[in-house]
Amino acid sequence: MIGIALHIAAACIALALLLNGWRLLRGPALGDRIVALDTMVINAIALIVLIGMIGGNDTYFEAALLLAMVGFVSTIAYCKFILRGDIVE
Amino acid sequence: MSVIADTIIVILVLLGAAFALIGSWGLVRLPSTMERLHGPTKATTLGLGALLLASVVYFQTRLGIWTAHELLISLFLFITAPISANMIAKVHLHRVRTGAIREPDSIAGPPPRPGGEGDWATFEAPKQDTPASTANT
Repeated sequence: MIGIALHIAAACIALALLLNGWRLLRGPALGDRIVALDTMVINAIALIVLIGMIGGNDTYFEAALLLAMVGFVSTIAYCKFILRGDIVE
Repeated sequence: MSVIADTIIVILVLLGAAFALIGSWGLVRLPSTMERLHGPTKATTLGLGALLLASVVYFQTRLGIWTAHELLISLFLFITAPISANMIAKVHLHRVRTGAIREPDSIAGPPPRPGGEGDWATFEAPKQDTPASTANT
């Protein structure tokens, strides 16, 4: 039962990643692309957690934690660059 | 491993995946940028929160390991999601104001003006004698 649910969830997350990719390519505004990238990082974390559960291996959570931090920092850096033309002033 | 734990895991996993999918569908479907910010926040808080809770229960019942990393991830995401949404909204407001993009028609209309005198704080220099002011008095 759990195996089927995990695979359905992985398919849902993959579909969500495809939808985010469509928004990332389409735009139209720069803000939309940043939102799409931010959401892609969230969905990638969800996919990593699901892979960890399917494989029964809890080492994947370090990767998920690192990706959460790097995703946040990169979103802020991108926004800051567009707002100010520089990241660290 | 009990049936109750199995049911909890299945419900949480499916709920999380459904919310992640709905959030991304909202990102595609909603008409303007400020409204598109609204969809993925559900994917972050409810979707990933439910998935991470499911993995806590799963590793507790399957392998008998107590892992707190998932709670750390969800705590970190709950703290950082509003900050990044705020920054993206600021980028969008500034680009609309400088005329770099034209705002498409939205359901909710343009954001309302702040009450009283002045403009949004992101457009104005910090006023003197306020906690945010770094101007020499």
